[in-house]
Amino acid sequence: MNQADLPRWASAIALPLLNLLSALLVAAGVIYLLGESPIESLQILINAAVLDPEGLGYTLFYAATFIFTGLSVSVAMQAGLFNIGSEGQMYIGGLGLTLLILALDTHLPGWILIPLAIASSAIFGAAWAFLPGYLQAKRGSHVVVTTIMFNFIAANLMNYLIILMIPDGQQNPASRLFADSSWLPKLNSVFPVLGETPLNISFILAILALVIYGVAVWRTTWGYQLRATGLNQHAAHYAGISIKKTIIVTMMISGALAGLAAVNSVMGSTHYLNLNFPAGAGFIGIAIALMGRQHPIGIFLSSILFGALIQGGFDLSLEKPNIPPETFIFIQGLIILFCGAMENLYAPALSALLKRKEK
Amino acid sequence: MFDDFQFSSILVSTIRNAPVLMFAAMAGLFAERSGVVDLALEGKMLASAFVSAAVAFTTQNPWLGVLAGVGVSVFIALIQAFVSITQKGNQLVAGIAINIALSGLTFVLAQFFFMQGGRTPDLGDARLFDIVLPGSAAVANIPFIGWFYTKLIGGHSVLVYLAFGLIPLVHWVLYHSRFGLRLRAVGENPHAADAAGVNVERTRFMAMICAGVLCSFSGAYLSIVQSGFFLRDMSAGNGYLALTALVFGNWRPLQTALGCLMFGFFTALQVQIEGVVFPVIGKVPGSLIQMIPYVVTVVVLAGLMAKSVAPKAIGVPFVKSR
Amino acid sequence: MQPAVEFQHISKRFGAVQANRDVSFSIASGSIHGVIGENGAGKSTLMSILYGYYQADSGKLLINGQEQQIRNSHEAIVSGIGMVHQHFMLVENMTVLDNVMLGGEGGFRLAQRRKEVEVTLRDICKRYNLEVDPLDKIQDLSVGVQQRVEILKQIYRSANILILDEPTAVLTVQETASLFEVLRLFKEQGKTIILITHKLQEILEITDEVTVMRGGTVVGSVVTAETNKEQLAELMVGRPIETQLPRAAYAPGDTVLDVKGLNLINDQQVSLLKDLNFNIRAGEIVAIAGVSGNGQSELLEILSGMRLPSSGTITMQGKTLPYAGRKDADGLPAVYRDRGIGHVPEDRLRDAVVKNFSVMMNSFLGYQKKLGKAFGLLDYKQILSNCNEMLRKFDVRPADPHLRIALLSGGNQQKVVMAREIDANPKLMLVGQPTRGVDIGTIESLHARLLAMRDAGVAILLVSVELEEVRALADRILVMSSGAITGELKVEEFDATRIGLLMGGLHKH
Repeated sequence: MNQADLPRWASAIALPLLNLLSALLVAAGVIYLLGESPIESLQILINAAVLDPEGLGYTLFYAATFIFTGLSVSVAMQAGLFNIGSEGQMYIGGLGLTLLILALDTHLPGWILIPLAIASSAIFGAAWAFLPGYLQAKRGSHVVVTTIMFNFIAANLMNYLIILMIPDGQQNPASRLFADSSWLPKLNSVFPVLGETPLNISFILAILALVIYGVAVWRTTWGYQLRATGLNQHAAHYAGISIKKTIIVTMMISGALAGLAAVNSVMGSTHYLNLNFPAGAGFIGIAIALMGRQHPIGIFLSSILFGALIQGGFDLSLEKPNIPPETFIFIQGLIILFCGAMENLYAPALSALLKRKEK
Repeated sequence: MFDDFQFSSILVSTIRNAPVLMFAAMAGLFAERSGVVDLALEGKMLASAFVSAAVAFTTQNPWLGVLAGVGVSVFIALIQAFVSITQKGNQLVAGIAINIALSGLTFVLAQFFFMQGGRTPDLGDARLFDIVLPGSAAVANIPFIGWFYTKLIGGHSVLVYLAFGLIPLVHWVLYHSRFGLRLRAVGENPHAADAAGVNVERTRFMAMICAGVLCSFSGAYLSIVQSGFFLRDMSAGNGYLALTALVFGNWRPLQTALGCLMFGFFTALQVQIEGVVFPVIGKVPGSLIQMIPYVVTVVVLAGLMAKSVAPKAIGVPFVKSR
Repeated sequence: MQPAVEFQHISKRFGAVQANRDVSFSIASGSIHGVIGENGAGKSTLMSILYGYYQADSGKLLINGQEQQIRNSHEAIVSGIGMVHQHFMLVENMTVLDNVMLGGEGGFRLAQRRKEVEVTLRDICKRYNLEVDPLDKIQDLSVGVQQRVEILKQIYRSANILILDEPTAVLTVQETASLFEVLRLFKEQGKTIILITHKLQEILEITDEVTVMRGGTVVGSVVTAETNKEQLAELMVGRPIETQLPRAAYAPGDTVLDVKGLNLINDQQVSLLKDLNFNIRAGEIVAIAGVSGNGQSELLEILSGMRLPSSGTITMQGKTLPYAGRKDADGLPAVYRDRGIGHVPEDRLRDAVVKNFSVMMNSFLGYQKKLGKAFGLLDYKQILSNCNEMLRKFDVRPADPHLRIALLSGGNQQKVVMAREIDANPKLMLVGQPTRGVDIGTIESLHARLLAMRDAGVAILLVSVELEEVRALADRILVMSSGAITGELKVEEFDATRIGLLMGGLHKH
């Protein structure tokens, strides 16, 4: 039973929704077993993440990061590559922008400094994804295992480097505070209802990135070659596309996008580079790419959803200690499972249902 | 400088580090030789680590803990099998999904049951026994032989002996039993196996169950033997290192076990190097040393991929064709 | 004595294709019986019915005089029928012994059974002169020996009727001779052998009787000793009903493609293309005839840049193509396209289209670099109008550019592919099996297109297993067998018998 038998709307919208609901149902079951009411938990979550304007601000703040990591994984998936390394690439992207800012933040005005730092995060992220891409293209080393390794290597490397960056006397394992010139403008200056919020212009950058992604992948020659490679390598080869080059370039772009995810938290919120700042955003990107089916609108909606889960999850864990934030890591895994590995679970039932309706 | 090195304790540590990887690698061996990619070694390890520690503490009986760990790990393996074999889903995604899901779930459950910040309470004495070889007290003082007999070969936890004992057993099952023959056939050329009357899907399910059982010991070893408690994400990438050992060992039991020993050696070395002052470089920071196994993995994958030969039908769901 | 196998009015249809139509003949017990025919003649389908993979729509199957229903391969084995397929069902990294034991191991521990089976196998090997060591690993054996392992498997399972499907396709001359020795021994023991092949020489060499099939039916069943190759060739290819299609006078221009000393050796050191020499001039259609699997696919892959040759020179309009010094063919087809080489691949779904793309997105596959505006943006307006024009000119149905191409019929898909390649105005057009899976009406229009191109001065290389198509389109005909060109003739010299001989592997004389 194949998705190809279903009309486009069914496989693009109905199936993913069914899969998402399944994941959430399992999660609700676990919440119930933990002694809490799933309905009540949901209410608290929606209040904290969407209905409260300050909470909404946080939701969108997290969403901005996830849009970038979601794009990172999505771009790679379009070429048929499973990039698990967004976490490490984001981490190293943070390193890139930090090095630039620490070097130049007292010498350059913000309007030069900020774009340079953003570029630096992208470049460093791309560099971290280059080797796995190269090894896949030239040596056939599976990008899944190599990127996982690079995640661990990044974690250890950053462990070492960040300790070096701690200014004397500071307890917090982080670099020194960045100068004001590097601080990204916050959106509460335009929307005061947001209150004290980390939501900054990265959100706008994220939307921009989504648009560029949409245009690039579906409307350019490069995007055409990317998708052809992911759908049918034989035909792509026939069409003169260099599969090796495509793999390497795609991984680098994927890494760059993950690197850009660092801008939101490091330049937009904390203003210093601290230990483990990605906090799983790279892996959430995988869930987003699968749930959003690598489509810009899907990625956007999924990012908002996950932003809400994280923000709502924080507040929920305060009120209900039995549902700690880690619960949402569990939910994330369920979503990846249902949306990524069991996509066809409901296809036969849906197909039968539609056929019966036709009669 | 070299007085700082305790070469003997590195060897002993190697033997004690290897079992975590060995159990997991043997598990992965069964799964992958039958044609199913098993990225969820990490998840099974973690789940089993939690459950065995939790049950061991609650019942004050480590063996019940181990048993519970086996049960959980097999359950997860069956889910994996359902997704990969029956649903013919993407095996890579399924593995990653399970790892992520369990990373979160084990913490949540640990927190729920024990309220100690996501870990289980210390097992204290309710851990598995060590095996002291007969006559150890008598030879203990003889130089070298005493150390060799009482510390290197003897004196380890029973699970260590199980891990090493498993290698010849796995070898025998794989190459000299009916089950092993069918398993290997199904992983190399499922169509030929099917033509010969072997039920491909059922064989793969059985292989996944074996993987579940074997991987559970890895988790139990981590929590019951090595630390005495379960801690969040304590599998720390060992599941992926085990996969690398498989590539390194060309999916053969003996060579894979050697690969696990190699990684165990690096881990032991890393602990030793920590305090050592080298000429010129000075002390090597712990984080950089901790990187070594992962870097080695990349090197292995980059260098050996050309020569390493995976089971031919791996990762491809079996569809009867004519 | 009852015939070992008797087919009575067997018919089998797959969708629109009548694979077997009223097939009736018998196979004598204790004989070697050949079944010969071209691609699509129906031989494989018939044997699949005998072996239980398919059930006939109508007709009766008699084994040793008894009517039988063979519903699957297990029942075939029980009836004493064994089959050696073209693609071996062997697990490469296991021993011969383990391969034979697979599925019939007897118990959990293998050790005891292994000894017993080994003894049995050695015994069988001695009896039939098979020269196979049960302890060897399959991957260490040459293809010829691997085939003997397959035969060994069948004998071990007590097969009395052995079907061999194109057994010599992968064998060297010596290996073929050894195989035939084995078959003769088999026959002496009273077994029956059915040999499916398209090679006339083998038929004459080893069979007692031969049945010729064409177009799904039996066109002749003769005693081998009473016939000759010319008669067989004539029966096999028949008289083509189409004569040459009308075209402009044959006045070829300059040489467009020149191939000298082309060789291809694969990773297993097997020579797939042997010292090919030929050229194609502007305004002519050169057709390569021959049963598939004789190197034609590899030749097309090399000429289109999808694969590198092992040695030789290929020049396009006088300039050598840039395959030299490369490690692989990654990205090479783009270069060849730029040099004016168009390619309609043999395997449409695998190579020529992206199934999940729309018709419009497939309409410029291979030419995506030429359609960019600023920033690499695709000029969709231009693409859409080009596509609509293509759909109209080539009468593609349905003429919907946004439809997923997988939903079009084979014929319409092919029209899109042809339209795309023709639209690019190539100087050399490579065409592989253009009418495979295509309905009759579309076949005619595609043929007309190719001739129009030829009349306009394009050099065309056509690879086709359909002799009628070759007859209809070619100006010159090359025949390939086992990787070499066995003969060349101008279309005026077209002689079905002679071509049949060349296709059957008999070199020009």
